[in-house]
Amino acid sequence: MFTTPGSSSFVEFLNVAAPQLLPGRRPLPAGYNADVTAHATTIVGITCEGGVVLAGDRRATMGNLIAQRDIEKVYAADAYSLVGMAGTAGIGLELIRLFQVELEHYEKIEGAMLSIDGKANRLATMVRNNLGAALQGLAAIPLFAGFDLHATDPAKAGRIFSFDVAGGVYEETGYDALGSGSIFARSALKKTYRPGLSVDDAVSRAVGALYDAADDDTATGGPDLIRNLYPIVWTATAEGSQRVPDEQVAEIARAEVEARRDNPVG
Amino acid sequence: MAMQFYASPEQIMRDRAEYARKNIGRGRSAVVMSYEGGVLFVAENLSTALHKVSEIYDRIGFAAVGRYNEFENLRTAGVRLADLRGYSYDRRDVTGRALANAYAQTLGSIFTEQPKPFEVEICVAEVGASPDSDELYRLTFDGTVQTEPGRLVIGGQSEAVATVVKDKHRPDLSLAEALAVAIEALGSVGGDGGNARDIPATQLEVAVLDRRRPGRTFRRITGAALTALLNGGKTDAAAAAAETPADVPVSPAPAKKDDPLPPAESGVGGAAAKDDSAAVDAVLDEIDADDDSSGDDKPSES
Repeated sequence: MFTTPGSSSFVEFLNVAAPQLLPGRRPLPAGYNADVTAHATTIVGITCEGGVVLAGDRRATMGNLIAQRDIEKVYAADAYSLVGMAGTAGIGLELIRLFQVELEHYEKIEGAMLSIDGKANRLATMVRNNLGAALQGLAAIPLFAGFDLHATDPAKAGRIFSFDVAGGVYEETGYDALGSGSIFARSALKKTYRPGLSVDDAVSRAVGALYDAADDDTATGGPDLIRNLYPIVWTATAEGSQRVPDEQVAEIARAEVEARRDNPVG
Repeated sequence: MAMQFYASPEQIMRDRAEYARKNIGRGRSAVVMSYEGGVLFVAENLSTALHKVSEIYDRIGFAAVGRYNEFENLRTAGVRLADLRGYSYDRRDVTGRALANAYAQTLGSIFTEQPKPFEVEICVAEVGASPDSDELYRLTFDGTVQTEPGRLVIGGQSEAVATVVKDKHRPDLSLAEALAVAIEALGSVGGDGGNARDIPATQLEVAVLDRRRPGRTFRRITGAALTALLNGGKTDAAAAAAETPADVPVSPAPAKKDDPLPPAESGVGGAAAKDDSAAVDAVLDEIDADDDSSGDDKPSES
């Protein structure tokens, strides 16, 4: 099984070796089960000069309850790309974990990284595999962003891809948001986004957009000044995937809150 | 019906072993050894694309000699096994010992069941917190597995090469020193009239498992970084690396939340090596920079 010649894909290997480990391969009882698990909420992605920023709030909800206050929904997918998710938290986190191994596995077997479009298409296939569960209420959708090592124009090196449950993959221009608060986050970004933002500006606009999402969507968590919980923010640039230090995000988030005292609508 | 000639099991096994040994001995050797900052792999390799040394997992590396298609098959199997284990349990649960055992089983059954044994000799190395806790496993074509103390030589005229390595290797060597020992050992055989020879840098495949790194520790040393290191030029390397951007951390994440941390500096070789560690880091940073720019013109630089 391990020595059988095959593809460089970990998912395809699992399909043969251990199909029970794949999210889409588990039988589900009939019915619509959206309320049985925690739901992760809002993610925003913004392209900037020489890269891209991906940020997520910290809340997971179950119906009208807060399931978790400090969940992490944005991760580095590999050395040059980032992935975040919204929807059924368990499936979304499993999808991210599998995607990370998929990219690493390919890189180790082939000795080279997938292109960013290759990564996005691979992720789309993995989302599509969950279609059955998604239609029964257990949908999880990722937002994928990364630094394109093959880009010829530095202004277009940061790229963002969104997905749908059917496995559609759509490249977004400039910015995008995902999850329950995405309408508000996207509206905020529509007014604050400019092409060619610096990385720091993009980080603070992402935090601002998440504030706006939390302002109008109960399922999105705002900056939690009491518990010191602030959004998770990652950047992908020529220097690779890097998490913006918590202290720096905390500072930006506190400044955002301060600014809203004078002008609540931002 | 054709008449079957009788051959005793001893004879069959001897023939197979002889066949494998002969073909493995014909190639070039590879040297694996612990040094102060990790585990060093050095192989003589004419190809830059077909590797003899590669990454299996966070802290596990692989070196092989012999027939390429056969050890490539084993390498792929190792990556699959490690990734499957790491995915279904946790990244810390992937160990060199388990992998060496799996290889031993595979090679053992191929040796007895297949018409032809694999003509390979491989090394599985796991980098530990200190040179004392590094684990080096040697696996031969018949599934024999041996642990070796801090250094091993596989393939080619391995005994002659191993004599030099044994003579000069100490676990507290710096990276540049360890590389010099490895190259001297590899060059000690194969020259005209049994003399030593110089191996050009372009024919060396060099990689390390870097003890101090969290997450994936495997790094190839190529190009300018290798040249700098070969010149013993710790200063050169440091100077070169000073101009390169910071290294790329690879994601901590659900899968990688529990990355084994770079171990605390423990006594072994620690203090003595301190002076060199900056230079070694510089060289490794250089390698990262090298990786980053692999072939593609990055937009940031254009």
